[in-house]
Amino acid sequence: MAEKMALAKAINESLRRALDTDPKVLVMGEDVGKLGGVFRVTDGLQKDFGESRVIDTPLAESGIVGTAIGLALRGYRPVVEIQFDGFVFPAYDQIVTQLAKMHARSLGKVKLPVVVRIPYGGGIGAVEHHSESPESLFAHVAGLKVVSPSNASDAYWMMQQAIQSDDPVIFFEPKRRYWDKAEVNTEAIPGPLHKARVVREGTDLTLAAYGPMVKLCQEVADAAAEEGRNLEVLDLRSVSPIDFDSIQASVEKTRRLVVVHEAPVFFGSGAEIAARITERCFYHLEAPVLRVGGYHAPYPPARLEEEYLPGLDRVLDAVDRALAY
Amino acid sequence: MTVESTAARKPRRSAGTKSTAGKTTARKSPSTDPELVQLLTPEGKRVKNAEYDKYVAGITPEELRGLYRDMVLTRRFDAEATSLQRQGELGLWASLLGQEAAQIGSGRATREDDYVFPTYREHGVAWCRGVDPTNLLGMFRGVNNGGWDPNSNNFQLYTIVIGSQTLHATGYAMGVAKDGADSAVIAYFGDGASSQGDVAESFTFSAVYNAPVVFFCQNNQWAISEPTEKQTRVPLYQRAQGYGFPGVRVDGNDVLACLAVTKWALERARAGEGPTLVEAYTYRMGAHTTSDDPTRYRGDEERQAWEAKDPILRLRAYLEASNHANDGFFAELETESEALGKRVREAVRAMPDPDHFAIFENVYADGHALVDEERAQFAAYQASFATESDSGSAAVSGGH
Repeated sequence: MAEKMALAKAINESLRRALDTDPKVLVMGEDVGKLGGVFRVTDGLQKDFGESRVIDTPLAESGIVGTAIGLALRGYRPVVEIQFDGFVFPAYDQIVTQLAKMHARSLGKVKLPVVVRIPYGGGIGAVEHHSESPESLFAHVAGLKVVSPSNASDAYWMMQQAIQSDDPVIFFEPKRRYWDKAEVNTEAIPGPLHKARVVREGTDLTLAAYGPMVKLCQEVADAAAEEGRNLEVLDLRSVSPIDFDSIQASVEKTRRLVVVHEAPVFFGSGAEIAARITERCFYHLEAPVLRVGGYHAPYPPARLEEEYLPGLDRVLDAVDRALAY
Repeated sequence: MTVESTAARKPRRSAGTKSTAGKTTARKSPSTDPELVQLLTPEGKRVKNAEYDKYVAGITPEELRGLYRDMVLTRRFDAEATSLQRQGELGLWASLLGQEAAQIGSGRATREDDYVFPTYREHGVAWCRGVDPTNLLGMFRGVNNGGWDPNSNNFQLYTIVIGSQTLHATGYAMGVAKDGADSAVIAYFGDGASSQGDVAESFTFSAVYNAPVVFFCQNNQWAISEPTEKQTRVPLYQRAQGYGFPGVRVDGNDVLACLAVTKWALERARAGEGPTLVEAYTYRMGAHTTSDDPTRYRGDEERQAWEAKDPILRLRAYLEASNHANDGFFAELETESEALGKRVREAVRAMPDPDHFAIFENVYADGHALVDEERAQFAAYQASFATESDSGSAAVSGGH
C-alpha cells in the first residue's frame, strides 16, 4: 500500500509494524509512551501495545542503553530513543565499550540487536545540544552500524531493516525533515540497508550526502542545472558501512566529488570518503574531493546556524571550485 | 570577599567539624557492627540469627564440606593463576584472595536458571556456575576477550569497565519479568564501582520497574589504592534505602552468611518483590592485580587483622569442631587441589595463540563491507611475505 506520509509518521508506522509482527520488539526512551516522544515519532504506540512494550524510561541515557543491552541478551530487540543528538553522550560509554564490542567479546555467542534512534542535525532554531551531528563518533567504532534516511520511504524501510539486523544500529533521524512528506510503499521490497542510491543522474560532478543534506543537494543540482551543470546526487543512506563502490562508480563517470554533511568537516565522514575515493579513483579525478560541512566550533546559537550549516550557496561554491580544476 | 561572607562561613565550618567528629568515620571492624549479618564468627562459632538462619537451616554436612571444597579449590586456582602471571604465561591476573566466602556463598545461592553478571574478579562465582576455570584465563593470557559462552552457564562474560554490567543485569531482569519467568538475576560489583553513574542508574531502573535483580557488592575495602572512604560517606548498603529497596550488610568472609543472605535476596526477586542490595563486607588480601603494588598505600597490620578473619580457616574450624569433616576429607581435598593446579598450568601453557584472522572475526553478526575489505588487504599483505620465501603461486593461493 502506497501512501504519502511525513518522515516522522513513516518511522512511527515502521515501529508499529515491528511491534505488531515481532513480540520481542520493544520501544523505550524518555517520553516515548504517553507523550509519544517530543517529536511524536512514537505517538499512539504505548496506547496500542501497552506499557510493557513501549516503555517510558527514567531520564538516564546510559541506563536506557545499558538496560537495552540486558534486554537484548534476554532475547528482546529494543529500539531505544535518545531524545536529542546532544544527549547521547551519557550513553556513549555503554554504546562504545559494551554494545559495540559484546558480540566480538563473546566470540559471536551473543547478539545485540539494539537500535538506537537519534533525532539529529540542525536547522530548527533549537537551543544548545539540540542540533548536533555526531555520526562520525559512532562510525569510528567497529561493531556499530550507522545509518541515516533522507526521506519517508527510506525511513520506513531502513527502520524495518535496522530492527531486523542482529547488529547494533545507530539510526540518525534528520529532525528537520521529520515533517517532509513522501510516498511510502509499505509492500515494496527494499534494497539492502547499506547501499547508496542515485537520487539524480548527472555527468559533471557527484554530490554525495545522507540524511538532511540529500534534499539540499537536490536543490543544488536544480540550481546548477540552470547554469548548465549536470550534477549527480548520491544518497549514501549509510555511514557505516559506507557504500564506496557506488561512490566510486559515480566518480569514475563524473570525475569530481563534493561531499556534504552538517557535521564538522574535520574528521567527518567526508574526510574518510575523500581519502578512500582518492585511493580508488586517483586517475579518474579531475579535482580534489571537496567537503562542505560544519566548522570546527561548537554548534552556534540558532541565530547563527544558517551561517554554520551547509546551504545552497556554500555547496554551489564548492561545486564551482571543483569544476574550476 | 566581604567581611560578612567570611563571618558567615565560620560557624558552618565548625559545625561541620563537630558533626564529622560525632560520626564513626574510622573503618569499622565488621564484628563490632550490629548491622552486620554473621552466622559464623571468625573463630568458626555458629551464631544464631533470627532472620537468616532459616535460609541455611537444612544445610547438610556434605553441603558444608562442599562450600569448603569450593573455597579451597578457588583459592588454589587463583594462586596458580598468580604464579602463571609471574612466569609470564598470563599478562595479568586479578586475584580474588580473601573474597572466597563472598563469592562461593552468593554463587551457591543461585539457581541454574538464574543469570549472573560478573566483574573481572568473580572466579569463585564462575566456579559455582560450572564455568571451567581454564576458560577464565584466555583473556588474561591475551588470546581472547572472553572465552566462554555466556548462555551455557548463565554466566555473562567478565566486564572490565566497572559498573556497566549492573545495567545489563537490570535490563536482563526486566526481560525475565516480562517473560513471567520466576528466575532471578545477580549483578556483582565492588566498592569502587559503587561510585559509577551506571550503578546509580541501575538502582533507579531496577527500583522503578521492580526488576528481579540482586546487587551483590563485594566491599573489599580497596579500589586499587583508594579506600572505601574515598567512595562513600555512608555504609554502602544504606544507599539502597534512598532508592526504595532493602540493603543488607553481610560478613563477606562468612560463607554461610553470604549463602543465607543471597538466598533471601534471590527469593525476594523471584517472588516479585524487586531488587536488593547486598554489601558483602570483605577484604582484598592480595594486590588489585598482578600489576599493582599495595605496599605503596596500605600497611601490613590491616592485612594481618583480616587474615584472622580468613573465610577458609573459619569454615574449617567449624567443620572440625562439629565433626563434619575428618582428616581424610582434608587430605583428599589437598590432592584434588594440587591436581587442579596442575591441570590449569598445563591448560594455560597449551593454550594456542589465536589465528591472525581472528582480528576480523565476529566484529559484526551480519557482516560489514569495510571489515571484509580490510580482511582481504590483510590477507594480501600476509601473503606478500610468503611470496619472498616460497614460490609465488603458492603464496597467492594461500592469501585467499
